[in-house]
Amino acid sequence: MADSIPAVRHERARAPVQVRLFGDRIFNTATFILALSILALLFGLAVALIADSFPAIRAFGLHFFISADWDPVNEQYGALPFIYGTFVSSFIALALAVPLSLGVALCLSEMAPDWLSHRLGFLVDLLAAIPSVVYGLWAVFVMGPWIRDHVEPPLAHWFGWLPLFQGPKVAVGMLSAGIILAIMIIPYISSVCTDVFRVVPHTQREAALALGATKWEMVKTAVIPYGMTGVIGAIILGLGRALGETIAVAMVIGNSAQISASLFKPAATLASVIANEFAEATSDLYVAALIELGLVLLILGIVLNVVARALVLVVQQRRYRETGK
Amino acid sequence: MGDGRGGESAKVAMAEKLVVKNLNAYFHKNRALHDVSLSFEQDRIAAIIGPSGCGKSTLVRCLNRMHEVVPGATATGEVLLDGNNIYADGVDPVQVRRRIGMVFQKPTPFPTMSIEDNVAAGLTLNGVQISHAERHEVIERSLRQAALWEEVKDRLRRPGGSLSGGQQQRLCVARALAVQPEVLLMDEPCSALDPISTARIEELLLELKSAYTIVIVTHNMQQAARCSDMTAFMYTGDLVEYGETKQIFTNPTRRETEDYITGRFG
Repeated sequence: MADSIPAVRHERARAPVQVRLFGDRIFNTATFILALSILALLFGLAVALIADSFPAIRAFGLHFFISADWDPVNEQYGALPFIYGTFVSSFIALALAVPLSLGVALCLSEMAPDWLSHRLGFLVDLLAAIPSVVYGLWAVFVMGPWIRDHVEPPLAHWFGWLPLFQGPKVAVGMLSAGIILAIMIIPYISSVCTDVFRVVPHTQREAALALGATKWEMVKTAVIPYGMTGVIGAIILGLGRALGETIAVAMVIGNSAQISASLFKPAATLASVIANEFAEATSDLYVAALIELGLVLLILGIVLNVVARALVLVVQQRRYRETGK
Repeated sequence: MGDGRGGESAKVAMAEKLVVKNLNAYFHKNRALHDVSLSFEQDRIAAIIGPSGCGKSTLVRCLNRMHEVVPGATATGEVLLDGNNIYADGVDPVQVRRRIGMVFQKPTPFPTMSIEDNVAAGLTLNGVQISHAERHEVIERSLRQAALWEEVKDRLRRPGGSLSGGQQQRLCVARALAVQPEVLLMDEPCSALDPISTARIEELLLELKSAYTIVIVTHNMQQAARCSDMTAFMYTGDLVEYGETKQIFTNPTRRETEDYITGRFG
């Protein structure tokens, strides 16, 4: 019969339902295992860090986090200078990079014509592809001396009454580290922000323009508020990069385990001290203390991401209540 | 350009509020409007009808220089607001848009702003320095004019996006009215709304007519017949016919107009 042929063909083309369900089950199991392996990896990493740093944890306990004394010769280890250095250098980086990145993103999404915007955007993305050791080299040989000769003197001259800008002017120090970090995270923040601003609906922009908004007023009224969640996400992404960046920072921060109010002074971050001292760590306690710094960095990263998620969720929920979308 | 709204005497003298002369509009090389000339009178509602893609939205967007906001879009010709060409050299489109308000097809409240901030957005943008009481007065007046006050007076601080679609569109009307424009352009303001909300907007148009020159683009011929005084029929970028609404719908002079309004095409 002619009309049974399509049905037969259909049966032949597809395997029996049981076989197809079985395939589904294999697929589900496989992806589930792969997803779990990420969790296992994180868990294993945490366990290894805790186990290997156990001698230091047992020796110093919570004192490790509040002691500013990092003295390998006398086997005294405190993480505070590095926690401080990590936060301050990252903060400098954000303070410089966020306004600059917003400017770049707004220029690319609002001001530049399409053909220029995409070429420039590509160049900005390219900055993220430069290895950090190259940034470090450039910072040591070009940027650092330039900051010492042309940035620090005016800062000391005009703002020298602030403890931040006192002391001898040097090429390597907290300020240099913060600036190189800023340069390194600008491509990340500006790239995400550009995408965020590009997806703001055209109708929102036109609504502001039709009210008699200038371009800047349109950006302020329609574009930035609409993209706020994404901007926060971009900033957190940049902060995450800055906290963990190692080599470039290790090359220009000066590596000194001290807490100093002056940004001109050499300092160290959690990541930079591990990179710098791991090879020369001779005693077991020294190695354990360095590993505990790594544990602190891991926890910091997790906390930061949780906070970022919560922050984005809060903003989104407010948006949800507002628009019902 | 003049200093804000003209007095009562000026209104009478200037019956032709907005005059369009030989307007051509382009998207890159494509000409979307062909030598359109017509005038809109003070305190009357003009409807622009025509099938999709006929240039009616383009025409209305040329009237407050919103057309050129789209990349590659340009226009030539003259649009005279109270006798002054808004396309003349040295005229700032921002200033033009402050005098000629616009409501769009889709409701576009600013989602992160409250209802009252949405209404006052234009004032804030224009840098008007007013006291708290004056600001509240403007918000109440605009919302009353937009027939929304009774529905939102108890929740002015709620987000603008929490309103229904029809309410959002009236909020956008209130936002446009708050800056006291002289002309109100509406680009298919009811196409995203249900029949009840549409009826409210139409009532609103008739109430606003005594104070504003209104130009409404509509896809809906019944809407044009119901609420406009003058009707323009456009087809493929040409202004085919423009006249009293009654005449256009009962006794059109052009064959194309008759074919369109009797539903033979479009």
